Amino acid sequence: MKNYLRLNLSLLYWIFIAPFTGQFFKVAPIFRQMVFIGVRAAPMVALTAFSVGVTLAMQAAHSLQSLGAEMYIPDLVMLTLLREMGPVLIAVIVIGRSGSAVAAELGTMKVSEEIEALEVMAINPVQYLVVPRFLAMLVMLPALTIFGNYIGIMGGWAVCRFALDFNTAGYVLRALESADTWDLYSGMIKSAVFAWIVITIACNAGLNVEGGAEGVGQATTASVVQALLAMLVTNAVLTGIFFFSA
Amino acid sequence: MSVNGDSIIEVDQLVRRFGDRAVLDGIAFNVHRGETLVIMGGSGCGKSTLLRHMIGSMKPTAGSVKLFGEEITGMKEREIERVRLRFGMLFQSGALLASLTVGENVALPLFQHTKKSPDEIEQIVKRKLEMVGLTGFEDLKPDEISGGMKKRVGLARALALDPELLFSDEPTSGLDPIMTAVVDELTLKLTKGSHMTAVVVSHDMTSAFRIATRMIMLGHGSIVAEGTPDEIRNSLNPEVQQFIHGRADGPIPLNLSQEEHKDHQLVRPRPFLGGRFRFHHKHS
Repeated sequence: MKNYLRLNLSLLYWIFIAPFTGQFFKVAPIFRQMVFIGVRAAPMVALTAFSVGVTLAMQAAHSLQSLGAEMYIPDLVMLTLLREMGPVLIAVIVIGRSGSAVAAELGTMKVSEEIEALEVMAINPVQYLVVPRFLAMLVMLPALTIFGNYIGIMGGWAVCRFALDFNTAGYVLRALESADTWDLYSGMIKSAVFAWIVITIACNAGLNVEGGAEGVGQATTASVVQALLAMLVTNAVLTGIFFFSA
Repeated sequence: MSVNGDSIIEVDQLVRRFGDRAVLDGIAFNVHRGETLVIMGGSGCGKSTLLRHMIGSMKPTAGSVKLFGEEITGMKEREIERVRLRFGMLFQSGALLASLTVGENVALPLFQHTKKSPDEIEQIVKRKLEMVGLTGFEDLKPDEISGGMKKRVGLARALALDPELLFSDEPTSGLDPIMTAVVDELTLKLTKGSHMTAVVVSHDMTSAFRIATRMIMLGHGSIVAEGTPDEIRNSLNPEVQQFIHGRADGPIPLNLSQEEHKDHQLVRPRPFLGGRFRFHHKHS
């Protein structure tokens, strides 16, 4: 926990203070990490989001039809995706795919003395390794969430259009009418917070690996489990703050 | 011995304990500009620990380490980075970044710490790789080259910023005799010609006597013998004689291997492991 807080402080230093002292972070590695963390996760995110959209629409149809209220199906799909399912499920995918990869990569670098070599070359490992991954994640997880939301809404549309008697215009209008911009923004805030949690936990686990290949394995598993728990608890807290308090 | 009174490294009463075991117990020595100091000693005698204290990656229990006249033991990370720019370090395994190519590894300190253009850096990288006999290997990844090559790339990287001081952890282990000679000659050329100072931890006696201007032998956490290569060669100390001639019989007690030694220092045996070992023992 002490290491985790120290990592966060030093991350804030390298992002917000160091650039003003002339040590600006390099941009190219950030883009490389964005491709790795974000772009390559897009197909998985698309598949997940589409399945979730379809599932939500089918469940909504089942319940709402018995009330004669199937016109509200787009509302349900849209709100659930924007507020909850989108940010959470896409964070789950990114934890499983990119968080674990980052933890394993940094952990392997730690056990093969690469981190120590960086330090001895007066290259700060947080600046060189963590900052690009952090910024890439902070951009890409919300971006993936927006992308996933679109695909999910398409999933809902597919059910409404082909299995129920909605037309496309009706679905789109109903969906847009139901959602507020705040529904979108709350989801974006959530996914930015999740990005922070996921990448700092993964980097912290990697940088503190001890004891060879076994240590790398344990750290990777631990980072996935911790990130999932932290993310789900934070989600409950944020939902409470955004939608339940006022 | 080329002593001109200019101490690059001053180690004084250095003590490092792991638990209640002193791995380094009151080490003191100086290294002057242009010298090549070879630190030798059996496995687990504290050579690597001593080296880690000199590069500032471990903090001593007591005592002082001064590099270029500055005390580094109490320094913050950012202050120590300034000192680290003035020396290079060759790790035992090379410690190359696996995600970068050989050329990018050598270029890394140049990109991070200088404002040179990519063309200039490419020229420097070529020259440094040529010095270690690896012309044309720039575009390979570290896992495509042999262990000895990795070590030489590590040396090229350590020399990239033309440091005043070079630390090498077993620079010649795993190299063939010809490459050992190449690396030794390079060290000699840099120390004689460019007044670089070198601190070399080594097991390889041939190489050690070839490059050293002064030698220190460690044992039981303290300095057993210190002197010029001739003084060491003619030392009457039986431990020194046993070590430099590599005899199995002699006054040096059989040490544990370095790994076991570290485990002993750092980890208390877990009860269930003890039980497992007993189990195996009974049946074998």
